[in-house]
Amino acid sequence: MKFGIVTFPGSNCDYDAFRAVADTFGEEAVYLWHKDHDLQGADVVILPGGFSYGDYLRPGAIARFSPIMQEVIAHAARGGPVLGICNGFQIACEAGLLPGALLRNESLRFVSRFATLRVESTATTFTSEYERGAVLRIPVAHGDGRYTADARTLHTLNDQGRVVFRYCTPNGEITPESNANGSVESIAGIVSDGGNVLGMMPHPERAVDPLLGSADGRGVFESVLARVGA
Amino acid sequence: MTTFRVPVQIVPRAGILDPQGTAVAGALRSLGFDGVRDVHVGRFITVDVDAATEGDAERSVRDMCEKLLANPVIEDFRIEEVRSA
Repeated sequence: MKFGIVTFPGSNCDYDAFRAVADTFGEEAVYLWHKDHDLQGADVVILPGGFSYGDYLRPGAIARFSPIMQEVIAHAARGGPVLGICNGFQIACEAGLLPGALLRNESLRFVSRFATLRVESTATTFTSEYERGAVLRIPVAHGDGRYTADARTLHTLNDQGRVVFRYCTPNGEITPESNANGSVESIAGIVSDGGNVLGMMPHPERAVDPLLGSADGRGVFESVLARVGA
Repeated sequence: MTTFRVPVQIVPRAGILDPQGTAVAGALRSLGFDGVRDVHVGRFITVDVDAATEGDAERSVRDMCEKLLANPVIEDFRIEEVRSA
């Protein structure tokens, strides 16, 4: 399977994503330049973390108008898998691939540490290999990760099982203290209507090997491999 | 064509938690400004745009706000008085 990893000016987790795909899973990976219009036949697109366009205006606001995003949006509309990690989640929201928006962390501080997440839904392209309720240790590193959406959108997301990850305690409890950034309802990741676009603030590509401190992010890649490879 | 200067205020949408505004309000109170009730931190943008009339300039900037300058999920925008640049 071929993964296309988009490089925007200011992306800085594109190498991490590339290495996770190529070295850990032995799959084909290519970088997709933001000015190109060609997904190079990628089956899965990753929008990586970083600070595209210096986070000018709002994180992700300018990146969404990059030429490559037209192709990414068309790929998603065809049901193609898209994984937006951190800045990639922000870009996916700005592009309308996912509902809601990401605001400055409630603490006003950049948060860089391991977070614990609870898997809320396994009926998605990226989480089918996890067990519902499983608690994952995956790092977060962001200043603007506070997910927000209006009440109606939240109701729809909950109703359709589209909240995929919530920040939790190591025991899997959702508490105000375990909420890494003040996100509404402790939301750490959501999927699109069709379940093929996942946006998440934590970095699964940085948790694919015990040497990195955790291998709990592997399931995200294993799930899409099982789904698309089948 | 005339060049118009269009000022735009972008503020956090009412009801959205604004920790930056809260922090600034706290700092002001600790400086002794006891009357401070609420602070909101937004963004001020000026766009110089060529257009036939003031109205055209304003419409064009309104379109820019809806497409890029503001995010309707979290922000409101207000276009202020348009003047020749």
